[in-house]
Amino acid sequence: MKIKKNIALSDSGFVFDPSSGDSFSTNPIGLEIIKLCKEGKSIENIKNELLSKYMTDETTLEKDIYDFFQMLVKLNVAEEIKEEN
Amino acid sequence: MTTNKKPITVAVTGLNAIDSPGPGIPVIRGLRESEEFDVRIIGLSYEALEPGLYMHDLVDKSYQIPYPSSGMDSLMTRLEYINSIEHLDLIIPNFDAELFNFIKLSERLEKEMGIKTFMPTIEQFEERHKANLNDFGDKHGIKVPKSKIIFSSAEIFSLKEEFSYPLVVKGKFYDASIAYSPEQAVTQFNKISAKWGLPIIIQEFVHGQEVNVTALGDGKGTLIGAVAMRKTYITDKGKAWAGISIKDDNLMDMTKRVVESSHWKGGLELEIIKTSNNDYYLLEINPRFPAWVYLAVGCGQNHPEALMKMAAGETVEPFGDYDSGKMFVRYSYDMIVGLEEFEKISTSGEL
Repeated sequence: MKIKKNIALSDSGFVFDPSSGDSFSTNPIGLEIIKLCKEGKSIENIKNELLSKYMTDETTLEKDIYDFFQMLVKLNVAEEIKEEN
Repeated sequence: MTTNKKPITVAVTGLNAIDSPGPGIPVIRGLRESEEFDVRIIGLSYEALEPGLYMHDLVDKSYQIPYPSSGMDSLMTRLEYINSIEHLDLIIPNFDAELFNFIKLSERLEKEMGIKTFMPTIEQFEERHKANLNDFGDKHGIKVPKSKIIFSSAEIFSLKEEFSYPLVVKGKFYDASIAYSPEQAVTQFNKISAKWGLPIIIQEFVHGQEVNVTALGDGKGTLIGAVAMRKTYITDKGKAWAGISIKDDNLMDMTKRVVESSHWKGGLELEIIKTSNNDYYLLEINPRFPAWVYLAVGCGQNHPEALMKMAAGETVEPFGDYDSGKMFVRYSYDMIVGLEEFEKISTSGEL
């Protein structure tokens, strides 16, 4: 998963796609996930980082992360790339 | 207060800052922000209720001019009178329907009165016409939806083999409507032709996101500036009430190709559809600045000022980048106007 290069992200969770003019708002966890993804972290890394930080179980978190990424792809904020684990 | 700015008197049309706005007021705002010229604005109007007539902070003096249908001679006579008082340096026409007359008169305006213009040639103006857009696309290697000119509503029923529904019914200057059946197309044909005359253009419907580009060509094949915008709030007349500047290399490439290959001179607006497959179709080329041209100024490219400089004979370097993510939001505003002002423009044709 890769956040598109030109996507602008503010600290308040406002996401702007300058090529389409679309903008979205995300909550603090969404913002954190996008930031980690922008840093080049893999889904596995993001999952582990969040697991160590928040009280949640792995299955729920994994499902939520995948749902969130699917939404980002649908909204043209992110694109899927094959990850090597 | 003294100023080092060069004085210039510019006449501008399109003062109809209404729900389907003309570009005059945003063009004037751009001109007034010039750091090089001290601009005196002469408004040219067709009707006594064009709001720009009463915006005295933007427009110094206004004159009514005859409708384009009155012909070139009556326009020339009126401009001679206006020039005898105002000593115009430049005229910036902003309506599609009046451009033909102004282009035809441009040589005489300069020769007989010393008034400059900066408009496309008559060939460029005709070539980009909605009715000729398919040929324009073929010539310049740009994708254009298939279109056909018709002169009678009876022709609509024989379009079945060439077009599928929905299709778009377009007026020669303004107006467009989607028709989902031949019956709807006939209704739209009658409605649009009653308002704007014939011919009517039938165009293939391309599904996608509409984006627009305002641009400026120097007439020698150089794109001086271009800013792309997506409408974010559209009125029931299909006009942008709010929009946001966007950055898309494909849009810039298409604009560059249009301006470079046609040697476009002056302002223009491209209406483009971006499909879900990332194909770009050119829907229309409007041969003047759009009503949202002030967004370009807000993004760092003052296209009206650049046009004024080129018209004055200066060399203008192409703009570099511009800000994406800048928005424009229109608003309505009630001016209180004394009846004597309305009386003056209505009876003497001057204000």
